[in-house]
Amino acid sequence: MMESDIDHSDLKKERKGNIQILMLTYGMVLLFMGLIGCFTYFMAVQSQKIINNPYNKRQEVLAKKVQRGKILSADGKVLAKTVTDDEGNDIRIYPYDKVFCHVVGRIQNSMTGIEKTQCYPLLTSHSNPLKQLTNTFRGEKNKGDTVVTTLDTGLQKTAYNALGNYRGAVIALEPSTGKILTMVSKPSYDPNSVKKNWKRLIQDSEEESALVNRATQGVYPPGSTFKLMTAMEYMMENPEDYQDFHYQCKGSDSFSGNVINCYEKEKHGRVSLKSALAKSCNGAFSKIGTMLSVDSFRDLTEKFFFNRSLGVDFEYNKSRFSLTEDSDMGELTQTFIGQGKTMITPLENALIAATVANQGVMMEPYVVDYLENDANKTVTAHQPKEKGRIIEEWVAEKMTKLMKAVVTDGTAASLRSLPYSVAGKTGSAEFDSEGTSHAWFVGFAPAENPEIAVSIVVEGVGTGSQYAVPIARKLFDEYLRD
Amino acid sequence: MDKKEAAQRLVDMFGDMNVIGVVHSILVESSKYIIILLFAIYTWHCFSVFIGKNPEKKEKIYKRQNKIMYTIHFICSLVLFLNSLDVKMILFYLAQLIFLVFVNKAYIYVYRNASKIVLNNMLMLLMIGFVMIGRLKQDNMVKQLVFALGICIAGLFIPFLIERFAYFDRFGKVYVLAGIVMLALVFVIGKSVYGARNWIIIGSFAMQPSEFVKIIYVFFVAAMLAESTEFLDVVKVAGLAGIHILILVLEKDLGAALIFYITFLAILYVASQKAVYLGLGLGAGALAAVVAYQLFTHVQTRVIAWKDPWGTIDTAGYQIAQSLFAIGTGGWFGMGLGEGLPSNIPVAESDFIFSAISEELGAFFAICLILVEVSCFVMFVNIALKMKRRFYKLTALGLAIEYIFQVFLTIGGVTRFIPSTGVTLPLVSYGGSSVISTIILFCIIQGMYVLNCREEEKLESRPKKQKAER
Repeated sequence: MMESDIDHSDLKKERKGNIQILMLTYGMVLLFMGLIGCFTYFMAVQSQKIINNPYNKRQEVLAKKVQRGKILSADGKVLAKTVTDDEGNDIRIYPYDKVFCHVVGRIQNSMTGIEKTQCYPLLTSHSNPLKQLTNTFRGEKNKGDTVVTTLDTGLQKTAYNALGNYRGAVIALEPSTGKILTMVSKPSYDPNSVKKNWKRLIQDSEEESALVNRATQGVYPPGSTFKLMTAMEYMMENPEDYQDFHYQCKGSDSFSGNVINCYEKEKHGRVSLKSALAKSCNGAFSKIGTMLSVDSFRDLTEKFFFNRSLGVDFEYNKSRFSLTEDSDMGELTQTFIGQGKTMITPLENALIAATVANQGVMMEPYVVDYLENDANKTVTAHQPKEKGRIIEEWVAEKMTKLMKAVVTDGTAASLRSLPYSVAGKTGSAEFDSEGTSHAWFVGFAPAENPEIAVSIVVEGVGTGSQYAVPIARKLFDEYLRD
Repeated sequence: MDKKEAAQRLVDMFGDMNVIGVVHSILVESSKYIIILLFAIYTWHCFSVFIGKNPEKKEKIYKRQNKIMYTIHFICSLVLFLNSLDVKMILFYLAQLIFLVFVNKAYIYVYRNASKIVLNNMLMLLMIGFVMIGRLKQDNMVKQLVFALGICIAGLFIPFLIERFAYFDRFGKVYVLAGIVMLALVFVIGKSVYGARNWIIIGSFAMQPSEFVKIIYVFFVAAMLAESTEFLDVVKVAGLAGIHILILVLEKDLGAALIFYITFLAILYVASQKAVYLGLGLGAGALAAVVAYQLFTHVQTRVIAWKDPWGTIDTAGYQIAQSLFAIGTGGWFGMGLGEGLPSNIPVAESDFIFSAISEELGAFFAICLILVEVSCFVMFVNIALKMKRRFYKLTALGLAIEYIFQVFLTIGGVTRFIPSTGVTLPLVSYGGSSVISTIILFCIIQGMYVLNCREEEKLESRPKKQKAER
């Protein structure tokens, strides 16, 4: 290169460095190609999901051009729609009043539920472009897309009525897909008049927390329903000889000075793993707990998404599991029978039942099935997604058998007479020193070929057998009737 | 007044003629598609002009580009007027129109032989800026127009200056001193704006010295490296450039520091023709970036906001999230001028104007805008390639890199391609210092090119050589 300096040809001197300039230019053009590529990818793939965020305040701008779409149940009933009144104002109407209030949500006084998560899809129109154009020129609004949910109106009404005036929550899933069939939380409120009643709802003088969706956001002690986890862990740690487990129940037992009583100090006598679960023997499960590896059990709960984000398209709270190797014996024995510091949502409990029902594979729960335009043409459909294999198939199969025994010979015996077999587990979770308890039931049916998994919690009433199992029966009857 | 009210008022004014209302909405609604189509044709011509050598055909293309610019300007102004029925809008339109026509005519006259694509693009970008700033903050648009007019008039003298002071390359040391003093002045009488201490405010007059130092900085690097690229000289220049950059880093003006650094490397690479310098420089730059990330919390904040704007939406991620909402909600065709919510993006009229444009005029328009900026750069490079004097060549190249890298930083930042560094989009963003320094930058490149052509004609050493392309 230095030699060329001696060459005094003008042309050469003039061109000195031009190759480098071209290289730099190519480099810059490459950078911009990357930039445009990334921008295009954002627009085509990511933007729809990203703009659907409560921090994006453009709903009102979009709402001037698009009439918010409808929300439908899986069986085609209207759960929410927008009508225009005589003065040209859009009004959102919820024909089922309180029944779907938490899951469908509201748009007034801060958005919630499907109204919130699907806000932008509802305000986006995929109707015929020609129709859109004529609408625009006429100054008329385009019709926003319709959100079709996985919810079953019959089941939802059944659950809503079955809970009656109790506080609590009911959630039902289809184990093979993760479709949420019903989601009820009580007390509820009427989304049609939420603006009018807002002050009362917010003041909440009765401490009802009617605005909270207990099904996904309520965290409760799991009570005996948590013994399902303990039993699974025991089987996995002792795959060869778990069937040999036995325990002599005297109604009460002491573990390093920590006394564990069975319900009403009932003496269950000699129990195996199966009969201990069926009869919900606290002594037996505390004993099992002392034999388990806490770390391994913790891993199992976290595989079931305790302490972890579920990544679902609706609001929820994480379930919490906090036992460590350092925890003392009192907490340890309490935790393995479902008391202690463990907190669970009805949703999480439903997922545990559904995972067992689906041979150990957890499906991601979802409530929005697909979006369609005003001509009923599907725009985008949700495909069922696996959350992963949580437990091995043999464990799930064995658990199903144990849970069937809960119905045939145990605490959920009132489900025995149904025309199909049910697998489940009751729970009575104590939450204060006075001994009042939340009634739980989780389970699925038919046990051989599960179509529905349920999770029911009734706050502060008593035992699961007495208060939660009858609700499960109504749900199974409604859903499996024909 | 919003669009609906405006339409209603038109109907009231013309009696019970619904036709008016319909015509109004047709105009407003169809305008966005027409604007995108016109701008796409314009952009295509920015590149199609390289195909073929027929000067008449090229002249035609330049004329067509001009017509398109005036048409887009008219449509945008009409929409803004119809949406508000504000007579002030007509005055603004006329003032902008006079500016565009005046600059166009005057520059064609003064900058004979200069690249017309560059001139067209300069006016196009300024026009888009006027429309968008006017839609966001009318007062700022007026200021921007005044600044642009002032500097465009001053720019008419740049070719004379360049010709008079043909020994521009002898003042390397003066440039260094002036640059460092101006930058350091910020520490004495500076003020922090949006976390960066890079403003000088005297009375009601505020300026960003780094915008002006940017230009003499290129002079300094080009002058010194044109003289010698011996290793020791390179070290000396690197040291002096390093002082500039260090001051900028201390002022927390990261965008400018990056631009200065890349520009130095580019000039060094071309002057020395040694890829080693570029490789080493980029490596050292990456290392410095890591160190800066460890040392400075404001660097960490930017990176965190870029990595996870959703998790930090209440704090660091707010700006970038709002920018993405605007772009995403606007979609490919935009919400229509005046129909979006760009005021939700912080500093929409300056650093984030690209997002506001994309929201209201659409992603297609925004991509065309990027391509127009790239076409400016390609023309600058084309000029640099043709320069004979080494100093001119290096200066043109340095300014070109400075310009395009700033475009990259701002658009990359607001679209989340790279962490945001808070720099303006040249000519489009609101900002006196920015618009003044960019127009000077355009004028210098064009002026040097004019001079280069004139010298070439004088020398007539190679009569067969094609006349330089306009």
